[in-house]
Amino acid sequence: MPDSVMTDHTRQMQAYWTKLDTRFPQAEAVFDACMTEALALLTPTEIDAYLEAARGIGKLGRGVEPLLEFMTEWPSTVQAVGATALPTVMATIQAMQKSPNSSAMTPFLSTMAPVAHRLQSPELFQQYLNITLDLMARTTGSIHGHHTTFPSPGLPDFLAQAPRLLNLLSLGGLKKWVDYGIRNYHSHPERQKDFFSLQSADSRAVLQRERSGTLLVDVTRSLDLYLRGLWQDEEQLIPYSTAFDELRKPIPYYDQLGIRLPDVQEDLGDIQAIDRYRAVLAHITGHRRWSHPQIADNWSPFQRMAVEFFEDCRIDTLLIREYPGLRRLFLALHPHPAEKACDPETTSCLRHRLVMLSRALLDPQHGYHDEDLNAYVPRFHAALEHGASSTGEIATLALSYVAKTRRQSDQFAKIHFDNTVVDYRDDNRQLWQFIESGDEEAAFDEPRKIEPQEITGLPPRHYSEWDYHSQSYRPDWVSLYEAIHPSGNAADIDRLLQKHAGLAKQLKKMLDWLKPQDKVRIRYQEEGSELDLDVAIRSLIDFKGGSTPDPRINMSHRTNGRSIAVMLLLDLSESLNEKVAGSEQTILELSQEAVSLLAWSIEQLGDPFAIAGFNSNTRFEVRYQHIKGYSEGWNDDVKARLAAMRAGYSTRMGAALRHAAHYLEAQKADKKLMLILTDGQPADIDTTDDRLLIEDARQAVKELDQKGIFPYCISLDASLKAGEDDYVRDIFGQHYTVIDHIERLPERLPQLFMSLTR
Amino acid sequence: MIDKNQYLIHTEPFYQPQRNEIALYEAAYRNKLPVMVKGPTGCGKSRFVEYMAWKLGKPLITVACNEDMTASDLVGRYLLDANGTRWLDGPLTTAARIGAMCYLDEIVEARQDTTVVIHPLTDHRRTLPLDKKGELIHAHPDFQLVISYNPGYQTLMKDLKQSTKQRFTAFDFDYPAAELEAQIVAKETGADAILAAKLVKIGNVARNLKGHGLDEGISTRLLVYAATLIHDGVDPIDACRMALVRPITDDADIRETLDHAIDATFA
Repeated sequence: MPDSVMTDHTRQMQAYWTKLDTRFPQAEAVFDACMTEALALLTPTEIDAYLEAARGIGKLGRGVEPLLEFMTEWPSTVQAVGATALPTVMATIQAMQKSPNSSAMTPFLSTMAPVAHRLQSPELFQQYLNITLDLMARTTGSIHGHHTTFPSPGLPDFLAQAPRLLNLLSLGGLKKWVDYGIRNYHSHPERQKDFFSLQSADSRAVLQRERSGTLLVDVTRSLDLYLRGLWQDEEQLIPYSTAFDELRKPIPYYDQLGIRLPDVQEDLGDIQAIDRYRAVLAHITGHRRWSHPQIADNWSPFQRMAVEFFEDCRIDTLLIREYPGLRRLFLALHPHPAEKACDPETTSCLRHRLVMLSRALLDPQHGYHDEDLNAYVPRFHAALEHGASSTGEIATLALSYVAKTRRQSDQFAKIHFDNTVVDYRDDNRQLWQFIESGDEEAAFDEPRKIEPQEITGLPPRHYSEWDYHSQSYRPDWVSLYEAIHPSGNAADIDRLLQKHAGLAKQLKKMLDWLKPQDKVRIRYQEEGSELDLDVAIRSLIDFKGGSTPDPRINMSHRTNGRSIAVMLLLDLSESLNEKVAGSEQTILELSQEAVSLLAWSIEQLGDPFAIAGFNSNTRFEVRYQHIKGYSEGWNDDVKARLAAMRAGYSTRMGAALRHAAHYLEAQKADKKLMLILTDGQPADIDTTDDRLLIEDARQAVKELDQKGIFPYCISLDASLKAGEDDYVRDIFGQHYTVIDHIERLPERLPQLFMSLTR
Repeated sequence: MIDKNQYLIHTEPFYQPQRNEIALYEAAYRNKLPVMVKGPTGCGKSRFVEYMAWKLGKPLITVACNEDMTASDLVGRYLLDANGTRWLDGPLTTAARIGAMCYLDEIVEARQDTTVVIHPLTDHRRTLPLDKKGELIHAHPDFQLVISYNPGYQTLMKDLKQSTKQRFTAFDFDYPAAELEAQIVAKETGADAILAAKLVKIGNVARNLKGHGLDEGISTRLLVYAATLIHDGVDPIDACRMALVRPITDDADIRETLDHAIDATFA
């Protein structure tokens, strides 16, 4: 290079450096490299703006990192989304600077370029910045009027995760995920951090929900049918997550427990995601059908790899023989690498060679010219010409191919991977059998024994909860523990029934005329509701023919059978301990009496019937206690449990409704009735928003409707006055009654039940 | 007098024997034993009965049973005419009089109390009392009763009484083995052997799904329909969808699986 040019260049660089106006030695170290990249990618005006912005960042007083990150990331960002984003990026940095969130600057700038490359458009990038600012504004805390005292706990984690998140989610999905995190962990800094760094379970669950593509769970039934119908095979399909392993992407496989498939597949060109699943399943079934394990100990990894490729091709060929249409599918999914894509002088090309061969074995129009390849394709087909060949035979062919095409460069550490992954094939772990477990002669470690843990109760069931803000479910939000209610003294209940003997007599009368429904036609009636035309004509014929006509020419209907299953769900929250105005009894005692009478009545009718109570102590502990099961009669065990009824804690109704529905749904009855006896609105101590649990209960009621369950609420909330905007109507629509005079509850409850089921 | 010839079958129906059922049927007929033919829908039950009637040279009277059928629909009834009433024989009575084979198709569809009227005809008595008319018919020596039913949709409500079941000898039919079924499809429609084999393959995919969302697999009859359509120039994939998949299911998952099987079979 001529001296003058050299000096020009140096002088120019010097001018830039002056413009940057910084004294950080670290900046000087990277300056030349950054400027070289910037000069290649940016226009002169953009260069000026770049240096100006960098200067500004350097002068913020936040150390050298933001400056370094900006210097290195910006040119690449401009390449992806253009330079127009600069003002907003600077505005974002300004906003961070002005708030206590300046520590988020470095992660923001360091992931800016990967994010931009993922989004590829200035508008989308702008939206991403908006999401960031929104997250910052909403999670930056202030306590009692101190303005923005605490930095947003989740923001740096979010920014660090951003490229990875955008790999999995669309921008819309990202926004929902962020919203969810802000809403639910707004006031809980540690959890918020866990959420935004993808540590917490529901963070992953929500992420999974927002992902694009076809989820395995949605197509499991189709795939089961596919396995059964086309391959007469049957196996558990188990998803593995593809979202969290970036480096080692899991590959489909199968073992004794089932077939493992990726949890989500995207459409690939015109190949639908479900067809990609089908291709994997077909391939795995092929192995199950035709492959036999080989002893692997004496083969080198290269030999094993070749055997796997040959065997995979044998399997695919046999599958195509069975269903010729699979060829199109397999070829669409199989890579078709260019013959000269790999340079054997510098790179290990074994994979590349094997994939080309694999392509050629399946695709007659492969178009490769390699001599060895073209020699082995006919040998492979010859082996398969008559019958299915065998794993052993094909392995021999594979070994001879490896020997023939071996190159020194196969040992190189740099391996050609591009376009060599056949993603519908499994990892072939079932193909190998190892005689020795390892090179070590003596293995001392005994398999560790896991002491079985003592089980103290049933494990919790998890229920989702409806979040009305986002109109979506919070996955597995509530933990519900079920148990059998402790027992007390059954005689107490008998005494209560004794006390209401008069009422019981009245009820009995009502029960007697509670006739079952279900219409049945009764023919051959002299008196009836309708003329039975067939019989009438027959009688007329008899009459005309001279014989005695049958006078029973009418028919009527009668109802037959009563098929109602009932679930009575009792709210056992603390408020039940209050005394009823003008009475010595608590609401709990009155409920006890009422429930006893109701249970007795229903027992008289013979309807299947269950009683359960619930209360809650935050979302981590909703207790659901069985008082009477469907299979139990109205016996002393049940009465004893009823006698021991105690009230305490809060009312998280949604989860209890869902759990009760799960039992009621399993009942075989035409009508399913769920009675909910409660004295107040759903509430829990970990929820500050009153509407939240009301909306959740309302959603749970909608779910009941979908399951064919008829919910009916009996509210004892004395504060409810007619015409007021009350929550019971919000939850249950028209299906509720408010009992004003609670002392009449024992009388009203059974009557209500009867009028409901008449 | 009733024209016996109208019930005769003049041309030989195509029937591909699966085992020795023809000889067994002939033996049953020689000894006038009532016969029951069981099997899934469209597997060739009616065709078999028709074929036997042709082979034995006997008239065949077929009654498709349904829920509203009464005993007088089988036995006969008085009808009104200008001068009063007139007796009309039912199909069962006609068959007993003229010595025909009476074939009650899908007998379980009829109500159980209706089917009881066949009892006296199916044991040693071989008589049919017409109580309204005051007549006792002794069955013609050539008369035979054949019933068919499909145990596939046998429910608690639709089953034969033991007392009815135990009056019959029975054949258990099923879809033929793949090669045989392909032959049948080919012969019935003039389709070539490869096409027929492919159709049978699709049929078997559906039969594997029986009980997993499908009540019945694809019947031989539907396979023949599909082959007929293809023979007429319809695109095989369209023909299969139309004749094999759409009729048997409304379940989206199953439809998709079968569609995929069709695509995979017709490459």
